[in-house]
Amino acid sequence: MTRHLRKMPLTALFGFAVIFTYACVAIFAPLIAPYPETAIVGPEYMPWSDEFLLGTDSLGRDMLSRLIYAARNTLGIAIATTLIAFILGCSAALFAATMQGWVDQVISRIVDVMMSIPTLITSLLLLTIFGTSVLNLILIIALLYSTVVFRIARAVAMGIVVMDYVEAARIRGEGMFWIMFREVLPNAATPLVAEFGLRFTFVFLTVSALSFLGLGVQPPLADWGAMVRENASLITFGDLTPLLPAGAIALLTLAVNFIVDWMLHVASGLKE
Amino acid sequence: MTQTPLLTITDLVIQAQSDDGPKTLIDGLSLSLNKGEVLGLIGESGAGKSTFGLGAMGFTRDGCRFASGSVIFDGIELTQASPKVRRGLRSTRIAYVAQSAAASFNPAYSLIRQYSEFPVLAEGRNRSAVEVDAVEAYRRMHLPNPEEIGFRYPHQVSGGQLQRAMTAMAMACKPDLIIFDEPTTALDVTTQIEVLEAIREAVREFNTAAIYITHDLAVVSQMADRIMVLRHGNLVEEAPTAKMMSDPQEEYTKSLWAVRSFKAPAKPLPDDALTPLVSLKNVTARYGPAGPDVLQNVSFDLHKGRTMAIVGESGSGKTTSARCAMGLLPRRAGDVLLDGVSLPPDYHKRSKEQLQQLQIIYQMADTALNPKQKISDIIGRPVTFYTGLRGRARTERVRDLLSAIDLDPNVYFDRYPGELSGGQKQRIGIARALAAEPRVVICDEVTSALDQLVAEGILRLLVKLQQDFDLSYLFITHDIATVESIADDVVVMQKGKVVEAGPKDQIMAPPHAPYTELLLSSVPEMDPGWLDRVVQKRALE
Amino acid sequence: MHAVLKMVVQRVALGVLTLLVVSALVFISVEFLPGDVAEQILGQSATPETLAALRDQLGLNTPPVERYFDWLGGILQGDFGQSVISQRPITELLAQRLGNTLSLALLATLISVPLAVGLGILAALKRNTWVDRTINIGTLTAISFPEYFVAYGLILVFSVKLGWFPSISIVSGTVTFAERIHLTLLPSLTLTMIVTAHMMRMTRASIINLLALPYVEMARLKGASQRRVVVVHALPNAIAPIVNVIALNIAYMIAGVVIVEVVFVYPGLGQLLVDSVAKRDVTVVQAACLIFASAFIIFNLVADVISIVSNPRLLHRK
Repeated sequence: MTRHLRKMPLTALFGFAVIFTYACVAIFAPLIAPYPETAIVGPEYMPWSDEFLLGTDSLGRDMLSRLIYAARNTLGIAIATTLIAFILGCSAALFAATMQGWVDQVISRIVDVMMSIPTLITSLLLLTIFGTSVLNLILIIALLYSTVVFRIARAVAMGIVVMDYVEAARIRGEGMFWIMFREVLPNAATPLVAEFGLRFTFVFLTVSALSFLGLGVQPPLADWGAMVRENASLITFGDLTPLLPAGAIALLTLAVNFIVDWMLHVASGLKE
Repeated sequence: MTQTPLLTITDLVIQAQSDDGPKTLIDGLSLSLNKGEVLGLIGESGAGKSTFGLGAMGFTRDGCRFASGSVIFDGIELTQASPKVRRGLRSTRIAYVAQSAAASFNPAYSLIRQYSEFPVLAEGRNRSAVEVDAVEAYRRMHLPNPEEIGFRYPHQVSGGQLQRAMTAMAMACKPDLIIFDEPTTALDVTTQIEVLEAIREAVREFNTAAIYITHDLAVVSQMADRIMVLRHGNLVEEAPTAKMMSDPQEEYTKSLWAVRSFKAPAKPLPDDALTPLVSLKNVTARYGPAGPDVLQNVSFDLHKGRTMAIVGESGSGKTTSARCAMGLLPRRAGDVLLDGVSLPPDYHKRSKEQLQQLQIIYQMADTALNPKQKISDIIGRPVTFYTGLRGRARTERVRDLLSAIDLDPNVYFDRYPGELSGGQKQRIGIARALAAEPRVVICDEVTSALDQLVAEGILRLLVKLQQDFDLSYLFITHDIATVESIADDVVVMQKGKVVEAGPKDQIMAPPHAPYTELLLSSVPEMDPGWLDRVVQKRALE
Repeated sequence: MHAVLKMVVQRVALGVLTLLVVSALVFISVEFLPGDVAEQILGQSATPETLAALRDQLGLNTPPVERYFDWLGGILQGDFGQSVISQRPITELLAQRLGNTLSLALLATLISVPLAVGLGILAALKRNTWVDRTINIGTLTAISFPEYFVAYGLILVFSVKLGWFPSISIVSGTVTFAERIHLTLLPSLTLTMIVTAHMMRMTRASIINLLALPYVEMARLKGASQRRVVVVHALPNAIAPIVNVIALNIAYMIAGVVIVEVVFVYPGLGQLLVDSVAKRDVTVVQAACLIFASAFIIFNLVADVISIVSNPRLLHRK
């Protein structure tokens, strides 16, 4: 592994640097931000100045401070959602692959139906019904993405359960949990790590898109997607401030994608 | 020998790019091949046979390159030639026959369409004229329905027939040189003999030069005029076939030649009154509720301390019988007895003690060991699971088992399977089976994926362990030589049925059942005249 | 029956079944509303009497199964019911917007499919060269960008700075074809960028898988040129994977349409859906979701049928 780390391409290095910076900003937000998250500190739509480095937003809140605090909210939500999606999807997949037969069939058919509707559409429908709150947002998106995780993790696990060493464990008389967690999971872990990064980008983009549409994170909490929407009208005046939160999303997604791309490349090289 | 050779390779070096810098696959090999001459390239896996064979066509796989040396075909330097020149020679002057014809035919086109592709494209011939040729070529290859078979698609034709169709395709433009890359390795012996005969006839008829790549000594001795032995990308030895077979010079070559001589000591016949250890009685089984019966009334008895070989070709049901005995495939009818007591059909229903009695060793050691577990855990788990040993007692037991399979416990205890060679992994698989303290061990083609020298080591080890641990083996194999060296009893299977069963001396000596006769006579022998004799004999019958 | 026909019929039947299940789910989901549609409509002003009257009027007192079949029957005849908020027939709301959304998506598809497939094949052929690396980084960047980032970026450059295109795309029934193209070019371009990148990466991956197959190497060893290897030997076997890639990307297209319509204030189905979700106009949300979901299911169905029909193993049975 150290051999691969030394040969890391510039893109992946860039990715790690960006993620490190974002993590620092999110963790130390109160120390870095010049103003509080939701306080109105000046007139609306102030241009960039020494007092407000990036100006103020539609309500007169400091743009830079909100950008910084949004790192916490947006990243927190996206990571929590991806984690839940993975725990749900992977355990269902391991269970289905280990049990096979009708258990696998039932879970797989349910997932097929859930996946036959585009994620954004289902989440809009569910948000209408359950209402827009951060908790609902996390649970709905996690549930929807767990189906994708299930498919991928099941495919990976299916490739492992047919291995002779799993059969050897079965005919030794080992129980289901030993097979799931001692034989299958350790071998599925490596491909799933790259998948986690990839899914994170999709979850992150979906959550931000919903916030942009006004259906995700609700005011006054700062969120990058929502910030784009709140300040979008500035664009028509040639002000690129609304692009900053959108750019923050783009940069992080790009960083994660660069790392995932490198990991997949390394993994494909290891197969030979 | 004044004629100019058709192909001259001088000090060829082929390297593969890897993250650790270039890796040398072919390390300065030379050869010269005259018109109409057949050269056999032989070696174990990783010897570089295929890379060298492709190199002779001026071709390297993705990520490989000619580092130095030259390949001169009929005066043309291929390593330096433009891609266009190299492409122009292929099919028309140099052709290639791949190991897996099933994967090497394009699924989207009929056989005859693929046959005529280059005669039409490179020689500008009329398609219908080429198709008439194709039918003639198919007939020469002894393909059934030569007029019609070409219009089929690859998936509609069997493996042996595809391999012959591919040879016909290679000869479509009457090339001067054909590279045969293990053309019969994936085939059963009874099919192999037909393909070998067809290939040899065609090569002789058109006086085509050929490079015949294989790992099978007996096969190469039938096909080649001259043999080159390769190892790790280097030449070990080169000589005319007859001389190479009778008088190999190098130690490595001698050891390759000698491996077939191993024979386990004979055992006295068991008492008839004795209850067999494992007994299959009229077992019938199928995959899925609607599938055909893959086993029909299979019966045989394995006695204590003996080795019973189940021999047959692919689809004969030899592995399925073992899986029924293990309970992996529940039988539909019949019975499986252990010590005269019926075992439940499904292994889920069997007790821990019943499971412990029967252990299995797999063919592919790579997939048989969990790559994420240490050797000590792989062997230690069944120790704890069945015998309840933990802590120091378990460690001692694992170390004893490692010593029993001739691996140094101090070296291998904490290793992972990925750090071991194929033969070592297979030994770990054996140790894992022994850790359960079983009475019966099912060996499923345990030597088929290994090179001959390594395979022989495994066979010797199994015989030793049988004596030390008082084991009985159910030994599944397609290889008659393995049967000869290790079995006490033999069961011959074909299409899910038992053809014959009995002590080895009885089964292997005439008179045979017709299928056994066919099977035994199809196994290539080291004698260069073998193929001619068999073909002649079969023609007379 | 011929095997292929049988498989196609099976696949279509499965598609119809999926559509039914999805429509049922969309219908049932509304049953989970806190309260019911009648409470939703009346809101604060509800009294037990008005609620009862409205429930009666909306047929909420009949069993759900019966209501589902009424609803489905209505949709099949082009009647999506009434908006909960505006009380107008939903079909009327949908009619023109559906056309607008389709024309936007069609324009984006026409640009992106040939572009993505072409570039995907190019990248696969030039694997591990600078062309491939450039395309790889370019597409990674494009899929990393949220749709609205691209959209606002394009607006900033092309409508605010350069003034070539309008920043909002309000199309009405009276616009000419040329005007429509002019109005929808920026939204289509946004969609195209995102979808092309996704589609291209998948095309590249499936072509690379194909080029590693033994019969492709065999074609090389038979002396086929690179062009012939790709066009004659690889592409006929690539139809199924490529069609599947395109169908899969309809999901990105749909998500993209919703956001792009909001950014450009484009009067399409996505805009309607988002507005209705905000207003909690459940019946309209139901209708719009059903249309988007059906479109996705039907596209995947078509893709699968094409894969079946183009598979030589199925076309030429033993």
